[in-house]
Amino acid sequence: MDILFALLCFAGISMVLGLMLAVASKIFAVKVDPRIPEITDVLPGANCGGCGFAGCSACAEAIVSGAAKTAACPVGGQSCADAIAAIMGTQTGTVTRMRAQVMCSGGHDNAKQKYLYEGPHDCAAAMRLGGGPKECPNGCIGFGSCALLCPNHAITVENGIAVVHADKCFGCGICVESCPKRIIKLIPFDAPVHVGCSSLDRGSITRTYCEAGCIGCMLCTKVCESGAITVKDSIASINYDLCTHCGKCAEKCPRSIIFVEEGKCTVAPPAPQAAEDAQNVTEAIREDAKQNADAPLQTKDTPADTVPQESSTANEEAVPENTENADLP
Amino acid sequence: MEQLINILLLMLSSVLVQNFIFSKFYGICPFLGVSDKPATAAGMGMAVTFVITLSSAATWAVYYGLLVPLELTFLKTIAFILIIAALVQLIEMFLKRYLPSLYQALGIYLPLITTNCAVLGAALINIQNGYSFLYSVAVGFAAAIGFTMAILIFAGVRARLQFADAPKSFQGMPLVLISAGLIAMAFSGFSGINFF
Repeated sequence: MDILFALLCFAGISMVLGLMLAVASKIFAVKVDPRIPEITDVLPGANCGGCGFAGCSACAEAIVSGAAKTAACPVGGQSCADAIAAIMGTQTGTVTRMRAQVMCSGGHDNAKQKYLYEGPHDCAAAMRLGGGPKECPNGCIGFGSCALLCPNHAITVENGIAVVHADKCFGCGICVESCPKRIIKLIPFDAPVHVGCSSLDRGSITRTYCEAGCIGCMLCTKVCESGAITVKDSIASINYDLCTHCGKCAEKCPRSIIFVEEGKCTVAPPAPQAAEDAQNVTEAIREDAKQNADAPLQTKDTPADTVPQESSTANEEAVPENTENADLP
Repeated sequence: MEQLINILLLMLSSVLVQNFIFSKFYGICPFLGVSDKPATAAGMGMAVTFVITLSSAATWAVYYGLLVPLELTFLKTIAFILIIAALVQLIEMFLKRYLPSLYQALGIYLPLITTNCAVLGAALINIQNGYSFLYSVAVGFAAAIGFTMAILIFAGVRARLQFADAPKSFQGMPLVLISAGLIAMAFSGFSGINFF
């Protein structure tokens, strides 16, 4: 009898709870916009997070709510954006396909090592030890943490630098987030040139630890006819909206660190002869600097940006002479 | 006033001395499963806090309102499982409808801990010790805070363990269990403190 009573009681409790849940599910039902699953179907479904949302369905939700544009997906491209626009009943904006680019070219042969690193083969771990084994504070550590995360295996580590293979890259930007040095940038897929350096140090300092470092000499800004190149914090950066694909900057760069994508510039990439010329240019500048370097100490503390363009190259070049002397006892 | 002090002391003892994970070994499953990253550990801690606090209140009401008058107290374990499961479902629906941001934050953890032993344990301990309603809710909340603290501490430890150069046989779960034991030993130092 006791058992029967207990059973009845629990059946009663369960029934009440079940009814309560059933009613609650009606009261608290959330209406889902039918367009969200439709857009989710159209999206590539890679859940890469390249749009800045947590996966494709989150992106679809953001598009429907108006928080994201119909062209929000960098992976799906124009066709995907058009399909989404059709669902939303709007016009598409244009999608620029992007690709990742590691802004460093200081490999084992041309960038100085600070110490011999022995530890986990991971950039973030190496970063904790004095910013990594390379002397350059903004150089690629080269343990390929980005390569591990790349969903399309588009990154390999070659000669101590991570290299993005543009044909495989679909511009999701996961590597950009993963890099502890933050030296991977997204640039337009059609970008003809890029600056292979991220050093924010002054030219004189950069020169001491890397042969492939931008010294902020501003030769490229002068040669660029469309004004697409600016030098800030001793590093050249290219505005791809203004770039005319002439390729003159790459030809002129005395450090040969403006790289040309094959066949994307009207001017051919610098031949060995041109590189030699560039070397001569550096020599010439150096000679120039030696003559003008009367007061390098005063100019040392002046940021490169504030110095007029004409004299800035001379000043930048003048300082290494000074630092070399400073190394002596 | 004296009651307030009592409650505060009881809460402090629930957090440190009677810590759910390090001294009672409740809720080890989510403790080991979701402590990979501090962010997910915090989410789990929040969900546990939320559910334990509410279920402490609900189970107390059901026990003294229903089971005691019907003389069915020997079935409290089953009754509590039932109540907690239904309650979590209800809360989930409610949050999804009215507090979507909180629902997003608690995310998948809410249904995960529906039948977690820490939640059930908190409810049963309250009844065992004969706490009043206020005490039950306060102790439940404090126990959950203790759980959150433990899982957060451990997530921090595990983040550093990833860089540890451990022998192969220790890599992964063995090292995790050993470090959990070491932290539990540290927490056993609190057991000397007696508030009552």
